[in-house]
Amino acid sequence: MTPVMTHGGQQRWLFSLLLILIVLLSLVPSLRLLVEALSDLGQGTDSPLWRVLSAASTWRALWHSLYTSALGMSIALLLGGVFAFVITLTDVRGKPWLVFCFMLPMMIPPQVTALSWLQLFGPASPLLNSLGIAPALGSPQPLYSAQGIALLLGIQSAPLVFMALRTSLLSLPRELVEAARISGARQTQVWGHMILPLTRSGLIAGGAMAFISSLGNFGIPAMLGIPAGYFVLPTLIYQRMASFGTGVLAEMAALSMLIGVLALAGVALQQHLMGRSRFGLVGHSGRPHDFALGRWRGWMEAALVAILAVILVAPLAALMVSSLVPAMGVPLSVETASLEAFREMLSRQGVTRRAMSNSLWLAGGAAITLMALSLPLAYHLQRLPQRWQGLAISTIEVPYALPGVVLAIACILLFVRPLPIIQVTLYGTLGLIFIAYLARFLVVCVKPVTASLAQLDPSLEEAAQLAGAGPWRRLTGIVFPLMAPALFAGGILVFLLAVNELTVSALLWSAGNETLGVLIFNLDEGGESVLASALAVLVVALVAGLMLALNLLANRLPKGVIPWKD
Amino acid sequence: MEGLTIECVSKRFGDHHAVRSLSLAIEPGEFVALVGPSGCGKTTMLRMLAGFEQVSEGRITLGNRLLADTAQHLPPEQRNMGMVFQSYALWPHMSVADNVGYPVKLRGISGDDYRRRVREALALVELEAYAESSPLDLSGGQRQRVALARCLVTSPSVVLLDEPLANLDRHLRASMEECFRDFHRRTGATLVYVTHDQGEAMSLADRIAVMKDGELVQWATPETLYREPRSEWLARFIGQGSILSLPDGPGQVMDGAMDGAALMALASHAGLSPADEHTTARAGRRRPVLVRPEHIQLTRQGLDARVERSIFRGERYELNLCLADRTPLLAYSPCAVPEGSEVKVTLSQGWCLEAGT
Repeated sequence: MTPVMTHGGQQRWLFSLLLILIVLLSLVPSLRLLVEALSDLGQGTDSPLWRVLSAASTWRALWHSLYTSALGMSIALLLGGVFAFVITLTDVRGKPWLVFCFMLPMMIPPQVTALSWLQLFGPASPLLNSLGIAPALGSPQPLYSAQGIALLLGIQSAPLVFMALRTSLLSLPRELVEAARISGARQTQVWGHMILPLTRSGLIAGGAMAFISSLGNFGIPAMLGIPAGYFVLPTLIYQRMASFGTGVLAEMAALSMLIGVLALAGVALQQHLMGRSRFGLVGHSGRPHDFALGRWRGWMEAALVAILAVILVAPLAALMVSSLVPAMGVPLSVETASLEAFREMLSRQGVTRRAMSNSLWLAGGAAITLMALSLPLAYHLQRLPQRWQGLAISTIEVPYALPGVVLAIACILLFVRPLPIIQVTLYGTLGLIFIAYLARFLVVCVKPVTASLAQLDPSLEEAAQLAGAGPWRRLTGIVFPLMAPALFAGGILVFLLAVNELTVSALLWSAGNETLGVLIFNLDEGGESVLASALAVLVVALVAGLMLALNLLANRLPKGVIPWKD
Repeated sequence: MEGLTIECVSKRFGDHHAVRSLSLAIEPGEFVALVGPSGCGKTTMLRMLAGFEQVSEGRITLGNRLLADTAQHLPPEQRNMGMVFQSYALWPHMSVADNVGYPVKLRGISGDDYRRRVREALALVELEAYAESSPLDLSGGQRQRVALARCLVTSPSVVLLDEPLANLDRHLRASMEECFRDFHRRTGATLVYVTHDQGEAMSLADRIAVMKDGELVQWATPETLYREPRSEWLARFIGQGSILSLPDGPGQVMDGAMDGAALMALASHAGLSPADEHTTARAGRRRPVLVRPEHIQLTRQGLDARVERSIFRGERYELNLCLADRTPLLAYSPCAVPEGSEVKVTLSQGWCLEAGT
């Protein structure tokens, strides 16, 4: 399909440069980590890897990680499965809003999710206090537990299951279901005989993504687990780094490698299972069979709204209430309500303004840089042979697939010493976080652009070429205007993810270089729940606003670019 | 066997009328085709018969059984119909035998009886050897035959076919047409066949319903549709032919079939031949008249025509003629006629169409 092109010398040179950049950003940190983790193996029982593997805490954290992730995955499968099946296949009303509300938790940063749930339960909950139903003082916070962590991990990653399953349901040809109906199958039989077996690959993909993302999640186990002394692998690394600093880097590298291997094993298993259950489906897809719910429709709609009320509205309401009370434990009423926390946040706390500007600069800078890189990168990837193209995409996906903690440790390892020749130390500066963001989010920006480019008819460019346009003219005059919406959407997604990012910055920040994510986390750890809530409310408003802005762009984008739209 | 009756059925999607007040009475065991250009509502009508769409108005009955009206809607699984889809709709996670056996299994039949029925159905379409293959390994024609076997395995009284040949190449179509004819003869089921290809419908169906913009244009046998189409649009849609615009002659009322003499008289009268210029009646009511190419002969005497184009079609030449008043005329000729030459033609038969379009 790709048009045959003769690359000029300049083209080849640019392409090599881009490839080197990808390798530097995507592979070098992971390789550096690997080298560190496997170094000094010759020391036998004294080598870092051996020390890590022989520590009881490692195996405990590993078990905790697997337990919470597996339980979280089950919850995500249940929630995401119910929403995907009901919204995609039945005739419930208000689908766009249901989808938007269900997808929102994925975009809300995990530490904000954790914070809002903490405000919902427990004796100090301002919401429960305001309603007068708070448990007695001294009773335990139920969320400070493995099950609490798993519940929130499940809610956070349910949209991943939803998306994967919905994609696979939407590509299910309507005729396959109709053929079963006319053969005599009732709606319920069609479900078990056709829909479940045919969408198995979507379920597997969704479940695996939920598991991997839960495994790498830092915000939720940090906010809920650390106070209870319940450590998973990412929080264990964070804890060690916070206590011992760069002295334990080698051991941390070994621990990171352990999570990395787990995550990659998950990806491999997923690909294997999906390869076995994927069918070449033919027929009219896009509008699957509508199951008529009849008199159950009202009940089903009420059930979906009720679930959303519990997993989204209640915690956010609790967060709002917390941000409006003067202090924790005071019930909210007309007299006590105050915007003091917001005023304090925005005017007096210098650190807030600094964190905000840091996060906005980092996210904005990363978004713009990646947008600038994505177009030429995707354009050249398109022209590679299929095999190389797949390899290059997998390479840039590595830093995003690996848990954030792994990337953070890898970046520290890489930049803890001054850079050779120029003698600049990036460790402890915003520059390090910036580079880590570039590596982590490159794939987020490139994917929509490659999807959009793949849809572009090659003859458009060939026509321009025949008209006499050179490579640069074609890229700027033909390809860029057509790719602009996808590029822009990729940029907004990067911004959305980066502005709230916690996992990477939690390990890479230093005084003066706080990010919004770190600040909310630190405020809550320091007992300033009201201030943390106020800041979290602002963050949620920012996220929802950006998501709505992307919605407005939706009909100018190819399918699948905006995760919560189809 | 029961007849399928469609009474004043309409279907609206929002403001869009997909089908408007359609009525058909289909005899038991009849092979019926729904034909029309894309977007004419024929597939929507078929889906209403199957029960995938609800009717907005009207009612559908099978024998004495009410299938659907505005108040009631029998779900597809209770209609005991079979359907063949354009995309075959074979379930990729089941083997060929499982696909064919699925409707049998749903009727609670198992064991030897089940296996015998599946074997027989596969034997009818000559695919016994592929029983354990995956449908994904079959060719297009084989897949369509599996779909057919899946239909006949439960001996349904009505089989619906939705553009079943659209995905096949020209060579396979001919053999699949034979397969459908055979299927119809063997089962005696009522077949409702949707297609946009009028040639396919003409060669297969006992009766054809032609639809346009959701409305029924004509409901007749293929012969009647070809010889006596009701409107100018239909005359152009089915088969080839030319349409002359002729005035009512003195004392002659034009209606229905016209023989050669009357046609030639009127044509001369209308000034299609410059020889009779002084008797030309240019005023008055004009009616469209269809002349099929096989009813035009090149003769020594008759209307003057010029050969605009002569195209070799294998068994004959197709001539695009132009009459004196520039009316185009399509004729056949067994031998080549040079382009640009002047000829004379005789019209031996015509069909007077309803006025208007």
